[in-house]
Amino acid sequence: MKLALRDLRIAFGRRTVVALDELDLEEEEIVGLVGESGSGKSMTALAVLGLAGPAGATVQGSIALDGLELVGLPERKLRDLRGRRVAMIFQSPVSAFSPVFRVGDIFIRALRLHGIARGDAVARAQEALREVLLGPDLLHRYPHQLSGGQAQRIAIALAVALRAEVLLADEPTSALDVTVQAEIIDLLRLLRERERMSILFISHDLAVVAQLCDRVAVMRSGKIVEAGPTENVLQRPTAAYTSELIAAVPRLGTGRTA
Amino acid sequence: MNTTPLLEVRELAVRFGSVRAVDGVSFELARGPFGLGLVGESGSGKTTIARAVVRLIDADRGTIRFDGTDVLELAGAALRRYRQAAQIVFQDPDGTLDPRMRIGSALAEAATAHRRLPRQAVRERVDRLLDEVGLDNQHRRRFPHQLSGGQRQRVAIARALAVEPRLLVLDEPTSALDVTVQARMLKLIADLRDLHALAYLLISHNLAVVEQLCEETVVLYLGKIVEAGPTDTLLSRPAHPYTQALRAAVPDLEAKLPVRDAGAADTPARVDDWASACAYHPRCPLAIDRCRIEPPPLRAVEGRRVACHRAEDALANGYRPLHAASAE
Repeated sequence: MKLALRDLRIAFGRRTVVALDELDLEEEEIVGLVGESGSGKSMTALAVLGLAGPAGATVQGSIALDGLELVGLPERKLRDLRGRRVAMIFQSPVSAFSPVFRVGDIFIRALRLHGIARGDAVARAQEALREVLLGPDLLHRYPHQLSGGQAQRIAIALAVALRAEVLLADEPTSALDVTVQAEIIDLLRLLRERERMSILFISHDLAVVAQLCDRVAVMRSGKIVEAGPTENVLQRPTAAYTSELIAAVPRLGTGRTA
Repeated sequence: MNTTPLLEVRELAVRFGSVRAVDGVSFELARGPFGLGLVGESGSGKTTIARAVVRLIDADRGTIRFDGTDVLELAGAALRRYRQAAQIVFQDPDGTLDPRMRIGSALAEAATAHRRLPRQAVRERVDRLLDEVGLDNQHRRRFPHQLSGGQRQRVAIARALAVEPRLLVLDEPTSALDVTVQARMLKLIADLRDLHALAYLLISHNLAVVEQLCEETVVLYLGKIVEAGPTDTLLSRPAHPYTQALRAAVPDLEAKLPVRDAGAADTPARVDDWASACAYHPRCPLAIDRCRIEPPPLRAVEGRRVACHRAEDALANGYRPLHAASAE
């Protein structure tokens, strides 16, 4: 088991926002965490990175990475894990980067933080860009000079450069155009194979999840209401809420309702 | 019956500095109930067209006729009357509602912006508007922050309807909403369309949304129309390679498609010399030498307008789901 969440409770004051009994991520597996705004899916990912506490939440229960308990781990150790073993990408990739550094400097700073020498860092950055199918010339650009798709590829390349084992992807394609979205989906599949990454894919888009994920967990109000192999859950849902979500997806080929 | 179109856009061009955001776009919108979808990726010019239509930004060239009157020439009282007749609803409802104003006051203000009404009539009007968008009249006393995103978007639509518009411009009205909320909002738009015989321009990047709500669709690429015609025709048999790519990129809930070898990053390149090439040729799988030296004009092919030298070949080839395209 790469990542195992057990009896996870996340609360702000007396309000519990996540009450999750069990969620597993195997090696080289892509698991979809699906739900609407406020369902607790992003907070769950932040808790894995040890960032829910700093956001003002109390976290109880267990989050184990290869058997290493992350809940209660000292900040110094968490800092070493973040990015290097567990990386995260977000919906808005451009705003995830500091606007004042060139892409190359962003790579070098991240890699140096994890003890990689400057010379090696440049080589690794170039190699990581190749891996996400971008040219090395992008290292000289500033974040605002990137398209949304390029910026998301670079965020993914940072995880590749640091040889992250787990990628937490929080709605990484929701802000992208549909043709670019398809490319990012392909890229994530490729990385699972080549880099042997395990990916927790957070999304409200069931159609994207259907394309990408081996298993899916449906969250509502902090709880997992249904989980299982993607095909089972999407084609034979047992929870009423899952059926509601599936029915709500606008679909091509159903004709005009108006 | 009046058969002239409600809205007639001819050779519309909008520049931002040296960028041609919209470049020679022509289309018509029939009288309501009727929906026209504007589809394309970021930077395709769809929002710019919407804003030009409601006179939020100026056009550099072209005409926009509403009921036969040139909208771009309007000023003073005539422009105010047009702005009553043509309303716009934005993607982000948060930015369009005054946070200090109760919902009732916001709707009353809109309802009385263009005419005087006695107090009791205003109140009844506000209640009816709330009812039409599926909110009970308790919401009158609420502030925007006390509502959910979906409820705020309903209020934004109610406010647009308050002035009894004849044309509604909907700029990605459901993109910021959760999927179940989006489904209810699409139903609401369909209901209101029948109730008020609405004519609307619907801007969306979601082809399924356009299919549900629009009889006709215009597909834009880097400021130009690449294909336009009946929605069913475009979606079932797209003739432009770009429409085909858009259609193919829609993920399917039922079918998990084979993995393709992820190709190089596919971002639209601004072509420097617009006058002498097809803007889509750097991305186009069917591009030939002619596409690099001669911009394709919009022409009629099998029931739609399409700007592609190879539209007939594209139609003959058909499209394949993107994920499967290079897996063969």
